[in-house]
Amino acid sequence: MTTTVHPKTSPEVGGIGHAVRRKEDDRFIQGAGRYLDDIVLPGMLHMAIVRSPIAHGRIRSIDTSAAEQTEGVVAVITGQMLAEHNLAWMPTLSGDTQAVLATDKVRYQGQEVAAVVATDPYIARDAASLVFVDYEELPAITSPQQALEPGAPVIRDDKEGKTDNVAYIWEAGDKEATDAAFAKADVVVTLDTHYPRSHPSPLETCGALADVNPATGEATIYLTSQAPHAHRTLFALVAGLPEENIRIVSPDIGGGFGNKVPIYPGYVVATVASLLLGKPVKWVETRTENLISTGFARDYHMHGELALTSDGRILAMRASILSDQGAFYADAQPSRFRAGLFHICTGSYDFGAAHVTAKGAYTNKAPGGVAYRCSFRVTEASYLIERLVDNAAWKLGMDPAEFRMKNFIRPEQFPYRSPTGFVYDSGDYHTALREAMKLVDYEGWRRKQAEGHPEGKLYGVGIASFTEVVGAGNSKEYDIAGIKMFDSAELRIHPTGKAILKLGVRTQGQGHETTFAQIVAEELGIPYTDVKVQEGDTDNTPYGLGTYASRSTPVGGAATAVVARRIREKAKKIAAHLLEASEDDLEWEPGRFFVRGTDKGVTIQEVAFAAYTNPPEGLEAGLEDVCYYDPPNMTYPFGSYIVVVEVDPGDGTWKVVDMAAVDDCGVRINPMIVEGQIMGGLTEGFAKANMQWITFDEQGNCIGSNFLDYLVPTAWETPRFKLGATVTPSPHHPLGAKGVGESATVGSPAAYVNAVLDALRRAGHPVENIDMPVLPHRVWGAIQGVAVKP
Amino acid sequence: MQVSMTVNRRAVTADVEPRMLLVHFLREELGLTGTHIGCETSYCGACTVLVDGRTTKSCTMLAVQADGAEILTVEGLAQDGQLHPVQEGFWERHGLQCGYCTPGMIMSAVGLLQENANPTEDEIRHGIEGNLCRCTGYHNIVRAIEYAAAKMRGEEPPPPEWEHEEVIA
Amino acid sequence: MYPPRFEYSAPRSLEEALDLLAEVGDEGRVLAGGQSLLPMMKLRLAAPAHLVDINRLPGLGSITDTNGEISIGALVRHADVATDPTVAAHAPLLAAAAPWIADPLVRNRGTLCGSVAHCDPEGDWNSLMLAVGATVVATSREGTRTIPIADFVVDFFTNALRPGEMVTEVRVPKAGPRTGGAYLKLERKIGDYATVGVATHLRLDESGRIAQAGIALTSVAPKNLKVTEAEELLVGNEPSDELFAEAAEVAARTCQPTSDVRGPAEYKRAVVRTYTERGLRRALAEARGEA
Repeated sequence: MTTTVHPKTSPEVGGIGHAVRRKEDDRFIQGAGRYLDDIVLPGMLHMAIVRSPIAHGRIRSIDTSAAEQTEGVVAVITGQMLAEHNLAWMPTLSGDTQAVLATDKVRYQGQEVAAVVATDPYIARDAASLVFVDYEELPAITSPQQALEPGAPVIRDDKEGKTDNVAYIWEAGDKEATDAAFAKADVVVTLDTHYPRSHPSPLETCGALADVNPATGEATIYLTSQAPHAHRTLFALVAGLPEENIRIVSPDIGGGFGNKVPIYPGYVVATVASLLLGKPVKWVETRTENLISTGFARDYHMHGELALTSDGRILAMRASILSDQGAFYADAQPSRFRAGLFHICTGSYDFGAAHVTAKGAYTNKAPGGVAYRCSFRVTEASYLIERLVDNAAWKLGMDPAEFRMKNFIRPEQFPYRSPTGFVYDSGDYHTALREAMKLVDYEGWRRKQAEGHPEGKLYGVGIASFTEVVGAGNSKEYDIAGIKMFDSAELRIHPTGKAILKLGVRTQGQGHETTFAQIVAEELGIPYTDVKVQEGDTDNTPYGLGTYASRSTPVGGAATAVVARRIREKAKKIAAHLLEASEDDLEWEPGRFFVRGTDKGVTIQEVAFAAYTNPPEGLEAGLEDVCYYDPPNMTYPFGSYIVVVEVDPGDGTWKVVDMAAVDDCGVRINPMIVEGQIMGGLTEGFAKANMQWITFDEQGNCIGSNFLDYLVPTAWETPRFKLGATVTPSPHHPLGAKGVGESATVGSPAAYVNAVLDALRRAGHPVENIDMPVLPHRVWGAIQGVAVKP
Repeated sequence: MQVSMTVNRRAVTADVEPRMLLVHFLREELGLTGTHIGCETSYCGACTVLVDGRTTKSCTMLAVQADGAEILTVEGLAQDGQLHPVQEGFWERHGLQCGYCTPGMIMSAVGLLQENANPTEDEIRHGIEGNLCRCTGYHNIVRAIEYAAAKMRGEEPPPPEWEHEEVIA
Repeated sequence: MYPPRFEYSAPRSLEEALDLLAEVGDEGRVLAGGQSLLPMMKLRLAAPAHLVDINRLPGLGSITDTNGEISIGALVRHADVATDPTVAAHAPLLAAAAPWIADPLVRNRGTLCGSVAHCDPEGDWNSLMLAVGATVVATSREGTRTIPIADFVVDFFTNALRPGEMVTEVRVPKAGPRTGGAYLKLERKIGDYATVGVATHLRLDESGRIAQAGIALTSVAPKNLKVTEAEELLVGNEPSDELFAEAAEVAARTCQPTSDVRGPAEYKRAVVRTYTERGLRRALAEARGEA
């Protein structure tokens, strides 16, 4: 059934369904955005960080004298100085500890060792190169397998009694039921694959500008933060500062993608420096610093197995993971799930049993494990199942679309309880895949593939039908560092009928200033242009957990809808008073109450004016409310992506020649913004499949420390996308919306990889797997039948 | 060293160290913070400005080298309250998300359209390959530049793409 | 992001520049486009004490057509090479390769002569120069000398310039009739340094035999590598797929790739073979007027 969704409001009001221009763009297109590095305060000093050039070593001594004597240098800070204030270590988001400035050992290349504060950033950098650190070099551990070998040097000897490099052990699902299902299987398909280390590398790097007032002790900290409220609380806990004296301001953010969720040593040191010096201190990372030291993502070594019947039904799944955590276990994830939400790895398929085990290891690499445009490891989960399903179809000689259709959860099964305990809210996977097949002309490409490429290249068609899990909490199950995952919205309608909406989330490009204004427009009929959206300043917004894991619309958006409805309830009382009618006789249409069956009515703007000038007796003045929304469940967006590639067997290069992406994120508030999010995600998926990764040499040197080596796609390589949509509303979200910011990053990598493998297999090369990035030499090696490293 | 140049049609003179990069001069000395910094290896293009009419990475040029030059930054594009067609295109076709690459991307597009008033999609993609964007996937940036090109030629821009049917399952 | 301190001079005449270069000696560096030098200084991988900025020198910014050769001055930017009608008419291989050097912004500022002088084995221009047989003009206070490109490219980031000398122009022989060429580059993304680059150039005589051949390789040796043995194999012979395969085999055997993050040596060798064959076929088609 195909229908077009018609918006309920006029284009001028711009409620749900209108692809209105973004309100925030006016300043950005004129260079008038205000990002962290744009902020200048009187007397501001500049900080540069001295980093370890080696991956593992004991610090013998630090000589700061030459740096201190450099003209323009105000202070040199070392770990010893921080230790005196009990600040040399800080907690991570996974309950581990992380060195702020190293005191005992360095544990990865790029680790923070000292900081130089100077009057000018050039001088700070000059002096940083004059801090001399004497290291006793230790052997570097560069893989989790190596880390777990008996007798491996213990990286975390700072932890009392620690005798190995295990960071965590975790499991989910039902082992017995899974074993029983595997015992009955006709066929078992296995896959070993590494989801390589990646980095979100937003175009703006991370930074802080700390401004501690020496007289009052009040600290204003400008921070590239996706979660300013949570960061304020953590700052209070780490630094022991009274929370009311800390104000975090997250200005315009030049992209986050999970990179700006953790608290980094630089933030803490800049704050301490400001506290000690009584002046504002700015620290802004270079790109190299960003890539070598701040939160990486992925780095999961995965083993998966599917138990199958010979006629193509999945019976059960096993998965085991070995994760490379780097030197400190710092995944940004809910505390009860040690491998994030990886256990959603049963994906879009209906089968009875699954069992997941996970183990994390410390290595001499940067810490992180952030959810890079991903909801806590769901990317790795989705990749594993979509690659396994493809291998299963291949082994059984079935078409991969047909195999998926046969095993999908059926629409009537929702809400669906997955074997590892998730309750999927809604879905129609068959329709999404069918739409994608139509959009890309699946049969047509299969025909072309059978006919062969005119220039001897190889066509391949790859599918991924993902299910995401986004919008944490509920607060019972989900938290960050113990803080429960709800979110908030505060809405005030001014006397003139204009509004201000304040949120606990923080946009980094997702278009909140427009989308959330549109929700208010939908609920109250106030034009979206009259609704100012404010985020990021902890003194002026209600408490919230921030923006990541596609949670802003599912949680902050729901809070906005609920608070607007509460205001409408109060407005109704005022309208009844103004119309001298009973509330029961009033009806609502967008922007106006009217007396049923008459043309007598008042606009929301008139009501707003009366709320301050003529409220009914017994009713408080004003038109303002706040909502803390605790979602009853996550939302489960889904979709099907189909990629067509052309592989050159002569050099192993491949290129996307067609691509269709059908996404279902429930109700789309602003279709333009939703599509923008999807195309961005498809590009990041392509990046990881094609070129973008961070690797290390045997000494633990980071290969990928700048944009020459860490490859980010340009407009030239990026595929051209065809987008489609299906709409299956979330039954529990007040607007029926689900999150969408990350769907395409989560879902698409497997589609690209499956496409390349399909090309090789149909050309007679029985290739089980190529790890991402699917680099030309790996493809070439697969064609030659040799495993090619690296 | 003393340098004098014209920035956004305004004459400026300043005393700078030879090592100061043009991007730092624009941002720190002149307060023109619309020009951004995204890397230190001259790869990302966030710092793109026009120097004597040519698109240039202002992080890969010394301020002293710009002595006597005419510089145009994103802040100088709009005139008399009227947005440049490229700025308008980026707004109309959702050519930006976080906005950080946007000034550089816009300046590259302005440079491209100076040389080629009616570029094909391939020419646009080739023309902006020195500017990285992490948010948009470039698709809408291409549409934004096509919009601007049409406007600058006095033609009606093609309609937006997001007006297609949604399927209610 | 912040270069170390240095002295800076912007001479207004060639004489002044050459005097300065003689004075500062090894401590100095010529600053032309700066698209390789400044990034290295920002990463503090290079710290010259004195920069001699030649951008204000007169007369070095032009492309001229002189007897049988095209002269490209020291201040000619990659973008100029890409759009110049003289280059398009008489050095089509250079004109075709230029738009794929780095990115448009770098092309607007970076100079061809600067890239040639840089002698980065991963740079594209020197393979093209080796394939077409260019000449480098070096100037110092002592005078001017011309250096065949094969002698100019000495080793890893090492050229044949003497102290106090700078490259003032590069001369490229005009292509003439019955010539064709190709530059095939495997890169991980656009603007990346080559994983493998192969420049091929052919001139046929009136009977259709190969009168002149140029093959040079990027990124598979400590310097851009001219494959003389393969060139000699081709010259004087009737072009054929078998002959090209043989030449490609020689190129693959001659190159000295190393294994790194861009791929193992055996892979790069295979790509050299594939691209040399493909490049020669393309060059032939162009020389025969079929392309």
